[in-house]
Amino acid sequence: MKNAKKERNVFARIYLALVLLFLYLPILTLTVFSFNASKSRAVWGGFSLKWYISLFEDTDILQALYVTLGVAILSAIISTVIGTLGAIGFSSMNRGQKALWLNVANLNMLTPDIVTGVSLMILFIFCKLNLGFFTMLLAHVSFNIPYVMFSVLPKLKQMNAHAYEAAMDLGASPAQALVKIVIPEIMPGIISGAILAFTLSLDDFVISFFTTSEVQNLSTLIYSMAKLGINPTINALSTLMFIAVLSLLLVLNRRSALVERKKPQHHHHTTA
Amino acid sequence: MHRSQKSASLPFIVWMVLFTIVPIILVIVYALQNGGGDFTLQNFVDFADPIYINVLLRSIGIALLCTAVCLLIGYPTAYFLTHKGLDKKGILILLFIIPMWMNFLVRTYAWLTLLESNGLITSTVNAIRHLFGAQDDVRLLYNYGAVLMGMVYNYLPFMILPLYTALDKMDKKVIEAAEDLGATKFQVFVKVVLPLSLPGIASGITMVFMPAVTTFVISRLLGGAQFKLFGDLIEQQFLFTGDWNFGSAMSLVMMALLLISMGLMNRFGDREGGGIL
Repeated sequence: MKNAKKERNVFARIYLALVLLFLYLPILTLTVFSFNASKSRAVWGGFSLKWYISLFEDTDILQALYVTLGVAILSAIISTVIGTLGAIGFSSMNRGQKALWLNVANLNMLTPDIVTGVSLMILFIFCKLNLGFFTMLLAHVSFNIPYVMFSVLPKLKQMNAHAYEAAMDLGASPAQALVKIVIPEIMPGIISGAILAFTLSLDDFVISFFTTSEVQNLSTLIYSMAKLGINPTINALSTLMFIAVLSLLLVLNRRSALVERKKPQHHHHTTA
Repeated sequence: MHRSQKSASLPFIVWMVLFTIVPIILVIVYALQNGGGDFTLQNFVDFADPIYINVLLRSIGIALLCTAVCLLIGYPTAYFLTHKGLDKKGILILLFIIPMWMNFLVRTYAWLTLLESNGLITSTVNAIRHLFGAQDDVRLLYNYGAVLMGMVYNYLPFMILPLYTALDKMDKKVIEAAEDLGATKFQVFVKVVLPLSLPGIASGITMVFMPAVTTFVISRLLGGAQFKLFGDLIEQQFLFTGDWNFGSAMSLVMMALLLISMGLMNRFGDREGGGIL
């Protein structure tokens, strides 16, 4: 009996290892060949950093990096403000209004990226806006807002409904009550919404592709380079992007581990 | 005071109207017009042409196949991940989540480098074939298999995660109860575990099928110019042909397709979940 269980565990481990191999082999190969001295994708020509050097000498790539970071940071900030305020305002809407706007937010999230992309492109061209950094930013804010809102809403629901009114009774203005009572209480939701918005913006290709023309971000740049064929510089760029995401995730994971550790105490406090 | 709180929603409402509702109305208006701006249903009639219907069916077919493969690979993965005996489980689960956060283009590009004619997989396969006396070289890129591979690779984590969540929160006592009552391992799985994980299956299917049926990037990079999916048709209408009316009609067909399949999956997931409770 115990042996059978052990055998099953071994099988489970092998299976999981194979799936992980499938998930990581392509990215590892990509990484290894980004250090390859020869341009070949199959033969090792010795260790070299030349693709990384050419990466940092390539003004197009550096420009795309600035665009990506600029759009990600700005869209995260703007969508966090709008999404958070939107969620706060929800609590004083009547049922019908609330359902209406929740449905609109859902529609925004459920629309396939390609349709969001072309519909925004139609809008921008219709309004005679030049497709570029600004239109891309508008588009990113649009697809980020619902994600922020849906990470803030549960925190608002958990909040003590009378805290806001108590603050007002004690003479706080609505703005004071908001800043001193509501915002600190829902801060975890706001932060995770902002991080989500930032990463979604970093990751986006399809919507950016349709809402910009000359100004490229990293995703659209990789796409146009990859269409022309393999280029080891893309390998180097991909490797750096992978490492950046990985470190971001590890930092976040540690942060959420800290939050988890804090939780029981907090829980105890509120139930007591 | 409630009015002031409500006005907090104003920027949100304005933004949603301008950038979600108005664009969709524009797509509907364009879809119902010809190039001259007159009302017509001709765009939808044009779409009924076998050329386009075949591309639509091919897209649905490959997306379904990709979903099935992801489910077949993903279900055992998620199931094994819930095993108690695994050490460093937190890190293991993180390892399955990381690929979800990798840039989608990087993931697709990685397969491009492996499958192109000098790529690692292609040259390995050819070297093995030559050992066995083959004279010709196989081409692994720019065909159906390459696109399917790219899709499975891209979307597999999106299947594993909801399945893992559903299986992990399952009450283990229910399984023990079934075992105590004399059910075999197979019976426990079919009659207890599988039905309880149906909501996870439903959301996994949705999360894989939706992006797979709308993609144009994977087919363009791994399928080449000849292999077209529904997403490629829409992209082409807007960026090359410039026929916004026809492109908008196709976008509406895609929206309808997605909303219908999502409605089906939701009902399936909800009903099963609710029925059990």
